[in-house]
Amino acid sequence: MAGNEELGNIVRKKHFDAGRALLICISVLFIGSMLVLPLGTVIYNALRNGWKVLFSAWRAPYTISALKVTLYVALVSLCVNTVFGIAAAWCLTKYDFRGKQILLSMIDIPLSCSPVIVALGYIMMFGRMGWAAPMVDWIIQLPYSINGVILATIFVTFPFVVREIVPVLNAIGREEETAAAQMGAGGAAIFLKITMPNMKWALLSGMSMCTARALGEFGAVFALARSRGETFTLPLEVDALYMTGRKDSVAMAFAAAFLLILLDVTILAVKNIAEYITKKKKVDEAFE
Amino acid sequence: MNDYKESKRLIPGFSLTLGITISMLSVIVIIPLLSIFRYALKIAPVDFLNIILQQNIRRAFWTSIVQSLIAAGINSLFGTIIAWVLVRYTFRFKRFFDCLIDIPLAMPTAVAGITLSKLYSDQGWLGRLLGAFGIHVPYTKAGLTIALIFVGIPFVVRVIQPVLQGLNSQYEEAAQLLGANKITVFRKIIFPEIRAAVFTGFSLAFARGLGEYGSVIYISGNSDKNGTKVISYVIMQKLNAGAIDYEGASAIALVLLVLSFFILLVTNLIQIRNNKRNY
Repeated sequence: MAGNEELGNIVRKKHFDAGRALLICISVLFIGSMLVLPLGTVIYNALRNGWKVLFSAWRAPYTISALKVTLYVALVSLCVNTVFGIAAAWCLTKYDFRGKQILLSMIDIPLSCSPVIVALGYIMMFGRMGWAAPMVDWIIQLPYSINGVILATIFVTFPFVVREIVPVLNAIGREEETAAAQMGAGGAAIFLKITMPNMKWALLSGMSMCTARALGEFGAVFALARSRGETFTLPLEVDALYMTGRKDSVAMAFAAAFLLILLDVTILAVKNIAEYITKKKKVDEAFE
Repeated sequence: MNDYKESKRLIPGFSLTLGITISMLSVIVIIPLLSIFRYALKIAPVDFLNIILQQNIRRAFWTSIVQSLIAAGINSLFGTIIAWVLVRYTFRFKRFFDCLIDIPLAMPTAVAGITLSKLYSDQGWLGRLLGAFGIHVPYTKAGLTIALIFVGIPFVVRVIQPVLQGLNSQYEEAAQLLGANKITVFRKIIFPEIRAAVFTGFSLAFARGLGEYGSVIYISGNSDKNGTKVISYVIMQKLNAGAIDYEGASAIALVLLVLSFFILLVTNLIQIRNNKRNY
């Protein structure tokens, strides 16, 4: 495949030079103006008052509290989604059963569901007038407790781990697991010794996607978190600071936004490294 | 196929994993959404229609649908070009540009919202530039569309990229050698192959745009009169303490949900028909 691509490039270079230059120009301009400039704006607005202001904004009590809440929420939803992701991917790739396609489509629902609807759904279920409220009143009090924030975050990050693992497990097939089962290995041994090593990088990549998204969820959480300094996550703190409209608090909003982006970029870097390793492994195996 | 049927019995853990999957899916995703259905369907049909057909709500639906369609269209066009450039050409810093596509994923929607509205404001870099030409972006439909383009672009590029990568270039070369010009090659050979992916990217971006909240509320101005109020903002207003209106919120949410399910269904059908599903 790689050889083919190179050959294609050589052939194309001779014939398509003007078109190539034009298309590259369009892409670079689009990426530059639509994506790089916004990122630059955050960094510029966070840093233009100097490091001192940035750090003091990060040390503000509300920001620290929001950071703690954000990390806690992201961690809990990461754990829940990892368990779900592994179970669902195992079930969807190792067996054939009726309704598998439907199950797959249902797992994808959160991707195309408005965040505001998520919040409404939980209010309808667990809220004061929700039908399930009497059953869970002792643990989930919507919309004033952190549990609602956690639920909403789990919802929006629900498909990420599954979506990363399933293609990898499907590509590997089930022969190894079947053979191990025929030789008498138990489920836990098969999972830990065969499946896990095969999918560990894909799992890491899915987990980082999930965390990155969990850190930044805004709409769904906005309707469920009501008290600043207690259940506010970083994106909500950014909103609160920005909406006051005062110059210094807008600057603080960008400082908090910058912190959020730094976290996200670190996590996405992990994802890219994991993906790079997966790809490299594939190429290595193809050569073997 | 026969092997697989047997392996259902062989690999242990079927009922355990299926149980976890279905119960978690139900509690987290299905039941909350059904709760909205349950509440919305209890509203008398006349009242339901009265809520949905209010002028400001019709307008908000219209704004959301039209602006997401425009943004998804623009994203499909540029997304295809970018994916093509990133897959087929080699140039300096290509890998770096590839990473830049993920910027919207690294920028939470609220951050994207305040950033775009800063960038296009009169003091912002682009706002000043456009202001010199008399173009004003914040609090207009254009601002709304720009925000939707920003959040949608990675979906389109990342869906088309792998399909282009898997494309065998020998047919194009054959066509070229037989004398087809580049437009014919694209129209007859490349586009039919990536059509399904482009459509998937389009509908993902469209579905995402339809329910978008955080990135659009700051730049659009949420004005009913200018037609920049999106439907998710209307729902959120009805959930705000002080003006709580659960009936209205769930009626609108029901319509929006049905709309997104419809998009999801069409996308899935097309993917299954094309047999290009990733998993």
